[in-house]
Amino acid sequence: MSSEAEYYVPEQSKMPILMAASLGLAAYGGGHWMITGEGWICLLGIAAIAVMMYAWFSTVIDENIRGLPNAQLKRSYVWGMSWFIFSEVMFFAAFFGALFYLRNIAMPWLGGEGVGVNNPVLLWNGFEAEWPLLHTPDQALNGEDARFIGAHESLAFPGWSNLLHWLPLWNTIVLISSSFTVHIAHHALKHGDNRKKFNLWLGITVALGVLFLILQVAEYYEAYTHYGLKLTSGIYGTTFFMLTGFHGVHVTMGTLMLGIQLVRSYKGQFTSDDHFGFEMASWYWHFVDVVWVMLFFFVYIL
Amino acid sequence: MAHGPAKGITRWLFTTNHKDIGTLYLWFSFAMFILGGFFAMVIRAELFEPGMQLVRPEFFNQMTTMHGLVMVFGAIMPSFVGLANWMIPLMIGAPDMALPRMNNLSFWILPPAFLMLASTLFMEGGGPNFGWTFYAPLSTTYAPDSVNFFIFAIHIMGASSIMGSINIVATVLNMRAPGMTMMKMPLFVWTWLITAFLLIAVMPVLAGAVTMMLMDINFGTAFFDAAGGGDPVLFQHIFWFFGHPEVYIIILPAFGVISEIIPTFSRKPLFGYASMVYATSAIAFLSFIVWAHHMFLVGIPISGQLYFMYATMLIAVPTGVKVFNWVSTMFRGSISYETPMLFAIAFIVLFTLGGFTGLMLSIAPSDVQYHDTYFVVAHFHYVMVAGAVFSMSAAVYYWLPKWSGRMYSEAMGKLHFWVSFIGFNITFFPQHFLGLAGMPRRYADYALQFADWNMVSSIGAFIYGASQILFLYNVVATIVAGKKVSEPKTWDGANGLEWTLPTPPPYHTFTTPPDLRDLHDHQLTDDQMEEHPGSATH
Repeated sequence: MSSEAEYYVPEQSKMPILMAASLGLAAYGGGHWMITGEGWICLLGIAAIAVMMYAWFSTVIDENIRGLPNAQLKRSYVWGMSWFIFSEVMFFAAFFGALFYLRNIAMPWLGGEGVGVNNPVLLWNGFEAEWPLLHTPDQALNGEDARFIGAHESLAFPGWSNLLHWLPLWNTIVLISSSFTVHIAHHALKHGDNRKKFNLWLGITVALGVLFLILQVAEYYEAYTHYGLKLTSGIYGTTFFMLTGFHGVHVTMGTLMLGIQLVRSYKGQFTSDDHFGFEMASWYWHFVDVVWVMLFFFVYIL
Repeated sequence: MAHGPAKGITRWLFTTNHKDIGTLYLWFSFAMFILGGFFAMVIRAELFEPGMQLVRPEFFNQMTTMHGLVMVFGAIMPSFVGLANWMIPLMIGAPDMALPRMNNLSFWILPPAFLMLASTLFMEGGGPNFGWTFYAPLSTTYAPDSVNFFIFAIHIMGASSIMGSINIVATVLNMRAPGMTMMKMPLFVWTWLITAFLLIAVMPVLAGAVTMMLMDINFGTAFFDAAGGGDPVLFQHIFWFFGHPEVYIIILPAFGVISEIIPTFSRKPLFGYASMVYATSAIAFLSFIVWAHHMFLVGIPISGQLYFMYATMLIAVPTGVKVFNWVSTMFRGSISYETPMLFAIAFIVLFTLGGFTGLMLSIAPSDVQYHDTYFVVAHFHYVMVAGAVFSMSAAVYYWLPKWSGRMYSEAMGKLHFWVSFIGFNITFFPQHFLGLAGMPRRYADYALQFADWNMVSSIGAFIYGASQILFLYNVVATIVAGKKVSEPKTWDGANGLEWTLPTPPPYHTFTTPPDLRDLHDHQLTDDQMEEHPGSATH
């Protein structure tokens, strides 16, 4: 223990309370937005959060450059990030759990499983329980006057012959490749201190992240304009957009994180044994990738 | 780092010190306890007699909802986080929490969240009125506008809990003094480690649930709407997947506190240390697979009812191990009955009672009778109040001399104990009878045959409420004018690193960690207790 420097306990800091105020503002603004339709308080809060995050991370990076954190503090950061990612896993678990429940338990019951007849006359005449649910119970009852009108087409697996025109496949290829490119970048930095190669492959990763987001936007555009698949298209639209949407938000954050690491690398802040920020960003990136693989199976293919 | 606290208000606003932040958490939770208690007084005053006397039914619903939310998220949870902040670094020989600035953030986002939540009571349409379990569609289709503020408040409370827990896990896993291996940690640290894991696992699920509500209310999704293919029962599944572990999140740190106090006043090491650790882990694991026992009556299949019934009953086994170990610790001990010990013994007796009624509720066919009656209210107040709150009172009396360097008045402490013990039982014991006789919970009025016991219960509630003013008085009087104490060990039977520090402990402790490499048990030896490893620091 004596060989290690003292654990760095930071002095008083104004950042946390300013961050707390920003979060409070954003949350209050969020409620205000939902009720009155005025969003500027919330947006102001979010902007303040962004500023505070910039200030906070700058401080931590600066402390690292000054050599304040010892090995033990770095382990604390590793634990912090690991458990943060675990909490994100559980957030997605709630939505995946909802998908499984709605598909495999709630929908068959709406279709009449509980009353033991195949034709669910007791519930919604003409409602058929099949996934993807393109014909909602509401629609079965009220036709085109229904509040929830299902999509004409789904984004499910279109069969082998149409495979190459299927956007989700390309999305998958793009995102999985990006996990490899980020690994190549890491390897180049860690085992050769090859900064040029690192920047190249990290740059490619960021570009793939952006490409994924562009494809995702294209897919949403298709869904809204050609498939009639909307957030309000009953439970299929709900689960589709909420799961892929939250994933998209996380890809955006991950791309941003990796982009910032690229800038930091150009500033010369990384060495082969000290590139913690990049490592954490790449862990996050792998996590986002794994979520996509789950989405690909459970939302698109099955 | 050789400096004391900053002067003035900035000490509290900008602090990164685990003791300061612990103090903030404790006072904040006490304030919320008073607020939530005030809501409870409104409820009990209205139920004093049948008929509508004081408030409108809509407002009564807001009171039951806010009482539950404020007590669970504002009083009990933050109070234990405050205790963790104060005690964990002292117990494991760490200089501070692992991530001190995030520690400050996780506290300071709580006051705005609760301000926002409480302000909904004054909004048009009133505050949340759908019960603390906020079942859809009551909380979506039929909710007042203020539900949006409620949702964002829950998001912030969740973020606070997750950050607090990440901090605790990082501290326990990474900041232990050399020689303090996992199986030598004090049990309070163990129970908090497991609690923190539960929190990180389920708070995001709660965030998911309220996010789905937000989307259903404002953006036309169909999660909880059968017309679009969704299902309101889905809400209950998600909520209770959070809600059941939440119950253990509240009670496990209480177990930890009791496991510290019982050995001290029995002057014996804790009986069955390892089995306590395993039992805590087993309870935590089981808490994830029993959630639908809250939902026996929503129409889950018989196979589901059977599974959730048996799995729930299984929890009685590790819980029984714990109770057995506490009692065995006391067996043949040389027991003295200071205030913390009185609260701890009351905890064991009353918590066990609450556990037994829980076992009754777990029986699916019987639950048809008990479900949503006052029997359930009595059950969970026996575990929440006589469990969590009593253990918190015990903890405050136990560690207050260490924290403040001043001794509370034993006579006043005992008075607080007896008034709250008697008040509590007068309040909640009759609610068992009311529930078994069929009185439903969450109603502003009731049939005449329930009148007598309701009046008794209300009288008890006023006594219990008044006893908390005694508590506040005791704490303030101790801090301001209590007899000064300076012995490192307040209690002669106490064991553990925190009791090797000077009293009150300096602002920064264990800046160099104590060397515990010759520690061969979860108990420090007499020599180790004498060495005062912490007094070498400033």
